[in-house]
Amino acid sequence: MTLTWPTYLLYLLVMAGVTYLIRMLPLTVFRREIKSVFIKSFLHYVPYAVLAAMTIPAVLESTGDLRTAAAGTVVAIVMAWRGHGLLTVAIAACAAVAAAQGLLMLL
Amino acid sequence: MNKLFVKGVKHGLPIGLGYLSVSFAFGTQCTDSGLTILQALLISMTNLTSAGQLAGLQVMVTQAALASGLIEMALTQFVINLRYALMGLSLGQKLGPTMNTPRRMFFSFANTDEIFAVASAQPEKLHHHYLYGLMLMPYIGWSLGTLLGAAAGEILPEFVTSALGIAIYGMFIAIVIPPACKEKPIAVVALTAAAISICFRYIPLLSSVSGGFVVIICAVIAATLGALLFPVKDEAPAAEEVEA
Repeated sequence: MTLTWPTYLLYLLVMAGVTYLIRMLPLTVFRREIKSVFIKSFLHYVPYAVLAAMTIPAVLESTGDLRTAAAGTVVAIVMAWRGHGLLTVAIAACAAVAAAQGLLMLL
Repeated sequence: MNKLFVKGVKHGLPIGLGYLSVSFAFGTQCTDSGLTILQALLISMTNLTSAGQLAGLQVMVTQAALASGLIEMALTQFVINLRYALMGLSLGQKLGPTMNTPRRMFFSFANTDEIFAVASAQPEKLHHHYLYGLMLMPYIGWSLGTLLGAAAGEILPEFVTSALGIAIYGMFIAIVIPPACKEKPIAVVALTAAAISICFRYIPLLSSVSGGFVVIICAVIAATLGALLFPVKDEAPAAEEVEA
């Protein structure tokens, strides 16, 4: 049994609608500048907490092989620590994974 | 071309590359589950979110009774995507005066984890030209990747997709490390969140919690800790912001 278009479109509408409203309402409706030091500090730290939680440990599973992922991660950390930009670090990490894959094939 | 827009496009490029590989996998999964190529593409073009789409796809193809299926869809999306509300509140404080209501409504569609992270890391208040540039490549990457994945399945060699898979994380690392080196509180918050995230991945009972919830839990605990231990003084550091 395949999904018919009317059913599919209903699902799509609910799915996209809920996702959009969750994103749109806080950003659009809430316009005041927050005064509370605690809440301000909390929101200041949210991006870094979110990023760290999304990266670790997921990065080690991102290539399907712990060894190549570790190579990419180490390269990314060193490059970032030296202050290279986002695109440079991202490409260097990909290149390190590709190089590690090549190396593993040779072994 | 507008300089801020171009800057945004550049910042969005690594996100777009990373999305390409992730959405490629999503597209493949859609056609494997019986959706048409167009149906797969439309999901990505209207949702622009990874975990939510994957869960949504599962709800779609389980063939439950329509009414209960739709309720399940709404609840699933709400839970998995609730983190965007937190991010929206945080980013809302960083929007500049040019971000009026229609522009906020337009941009908020693309406030993904990655776009949020890059935008938040900008030292200055955000201009709509920058944000429009920032959302461009991720949107193209996400849609194009889904289309290719749905249409081509296994044409792209695994060698390439697995190397691309790390692009997004490489970018995340590049966002977190420099401020964490400069400000100890940020390092403490990031390490705390990472430690909690590891617990949720590898401790048996905790590992059944959905990914969207894990991000919320880690962010709330780590950011609360940061706010309690290291409240941010009102004077945002202005001198060090130029280099970015």
